[in-house]
Amino acid sequence: MDVIEVIRISRDSLMGNRVRSFLTMLGVIIGVASVIMLISIGEGARSYIGRELGNLGTNILIVVPGKTSAKGGFHPPAATTVRKLVYDDALIIKKRSRHIQDAVPLILGDSKIKYLSQSRDNSVAGVTETYFEIRNLSVESGRFISASDVDSRRKVCVLGRTVKNDLFGDKNALGALAAIGDGKYRVIGVMEKKGVTLGIDFDDIVFIPTTAAQELFDTDSLFNITIKVRSASEIDAAKEDIRQILMKRHAGREDFTIMSQDEMVAVMGKILNIMTAVLAGIAAISLVVGGIGIMNIMLVSVRERTREIGIRKALGAKNRDILLQFLIESVTLSLIGGTGGILLAGLLSFVIPYFVEFLPTHLALWSIVVAFLFSAAVGIFFGVYPARKASLYDPIKALRYE
Amino acid sequence: MIVLKDIKKSYGLPKVTVDVLRGIDMEVAERDFVAVTGPSGSGKSTLLHIIGCLDRPTSGQYLLLGVDVSRKTDNELAEIRNRKIGFVFQSFNLLPKLIAWKNVELPLLYGGVEPNTRKKKALEMLEKLGLSHRTEHYPSELSGGEQQRVAIARALINDPAIILADEPTGNLDSRAGKEIIEIFKRLNEEGATIVVVTHEKDIAEEAGKIITIRDGVCQSGCY
Ligand SMILES: Nc1ncnc2c1ncn2[C@@H]1O[C@H](COP(=O)(O)OP(=O)(O)OP(=O)(O)O)[C@@H](O)[C@H]1O
Ligand SMILES: [Mg+2]
Repeated sequence: MDVIEVIRISRDSLMGNRVRSFLTMLGVIIGVASVIMLISIGEGARSYIGRELGNLGTNILIVVPGKTSAKGGFHPPAATTVRKLVYDDALIIKKRSRHIQDAVPLILGDSKIKYLSQSRDNSVAGVTETYFEIRNLSVESGRFISASDVDSRRKVCVLGRTVKNDLFGDKNALGALAAIGDGKYRVIGVMEKKGVTLGIDFDDIVFIPTTAAQELFDTDSLFNITIKVRSASEIDAAKEDIRQILMKRHAGREDFTIMSQDEMVAVMGKILNIMTAVLAGIAAISLVVGGIGIMNIMLVSVRERTREIGIRKALGAKNRDILLQFLIESVTLSLIGGTGGILLAGLLSFVIPYFVEFLPTHLALWSIVVAFLFSAAVGIFFGVYPARKASLYDPIKALRYE
Repeated sequence: MIVLKDIKKSYGLPKVTVDVLRGIDMEVAERDFVAVTGPSGSGKSTLLHIIGCLDRPTSGQYLLLGVDVSRKTDNELAEIRNRKIGFVFQSFNLLPKLIAWKNVELPLLYGGVEPNTRKKKALEMLEKLGLSHRTEHYPSELSGGEQQRVAIARALINDPAIILADEPTGNLDSRAGKEIIEIFKRLNEEGATIVVVTHEKDIAEEAGKIITIRDGVCQSGCY
């Protein structure tokens, strides 16, 4: 029969019980909105991490001492057998592999830094001249550490913004002598504000030449070797080169780990995917609960309209006419609820970033489509039972029902 | 037109079986105006429901327009109700949320007639029953007599082979009841076949034929 007419019947029935219809839809609205929101937060977090890592330079490999398996488990080898990474490792890697543009031996430690009466405990990073370029860092005033600073173990330092402000306030820091540990270091540059990237506050670091850091911390073991590969397509080849070179120097043992930033992104992406799936799954449960709400209301509606069903059947309505009438009603409930949920999610993902800075959202079209289809499926699934029940009413019994 | 042969109907309640109809044989010819009477509980409504294909007999044979309907499926019965039968109930059975002409068009809706024709026919039928001024009213805004006339318009809309009415005047005062009977008489004169269940003698006397049911069997007038 006339589908438009059936839709009209469903509409009239839903409009006749506005409050009830709205409350029923609310379950679906909340379910759909939370599914979409959680997916959009997951997607947002993923693109945020991608952006941040891009901000820290591209085509970067990091070599750290000790072997972590590719599966993520850490096997601590007996302490004596881990050979530390040293300054020369970096030099040789750079010299021997044609895929590698730069290799920075990096030493990291904490030390007291003092200027006049001001002092603070600070992270101190020993780096070489190319580090700044690799990591997309820039100076606000002065200059970076240069190759000759490194070669001649010059005691010079470049201050992060926060460090500079703490020690010098508005005064000019360039040329001043700051005490780091036991030595006096000349300030040759102040970094531009970079902010927190992936939990590392680049404004809170003091950079000195790696060679000076060896002296300061009295060590020759590196925190890592930060490597810039010439191009993205050469990353695998570069990794293999590094492996060969270091194994030769480490008596054939692979007691180091080469991580690529892209791998880190991939791993984090994987974790985020799982988290998003779990959370969206939990949200989907609320959508199912919304569906049960629809079923409940439809059962009430069918019972209330027993007599109507009897009359319609007496006038020639077939079972499937009645089935369709109630099914369209439940699907309409769930689809309007689904649309409402999409609108709510759209509104939230627009508003949330204004209030929660660390919750980037990215409204994914596919999540909207999936949530909408899912809500339609919920409407059909939970609507079939009540609608079928209605369609099978015996006309005489239904007519006698008071 | 209608032939019932040894029609029985019993209800299997949990403990006892109630034999409501215990072997009814009757015939209704084309253009007949038949009144069915009998004491309360004798099975008149049950019989009318079976004739109207709303219910199935427990046993026996029922030929409607020469077709055995005992073995028809639910959907086929729905189609027969839709095309061949016009039912008028004691309690009108209009849908309260639909205005008059929307109620009248319902059989056409389930018969697959397109919307414009439906509305046109519904309005025509209401006019024929003197309700042109009430087409947009809800049932609750109509008097009992008007509601029953809307129900009759609905029963007639698909031009049925037979009109069945179960105490159509039962909920009306005598004046409104008379009007309804006048309508049935007129329809019969125009060629309609009508079966009316009634308690009221004067109504029964208007009909050409009176069938009396008692305790589920035919007492008189079946042939
Ligand atoms: N579903 C049912 N289950 C059991 N018994 C039923 C059922 N429907 C009807 N009956 C019984 O069938 C008998 C006949 O009912 P029916 O409605 O046909 O009587 P009636 O002649 O129309 O009476 P009235 O004049 O009061 O309308 C009654 O005794 C009633 O109790
Ligand atoms: Mg009765």
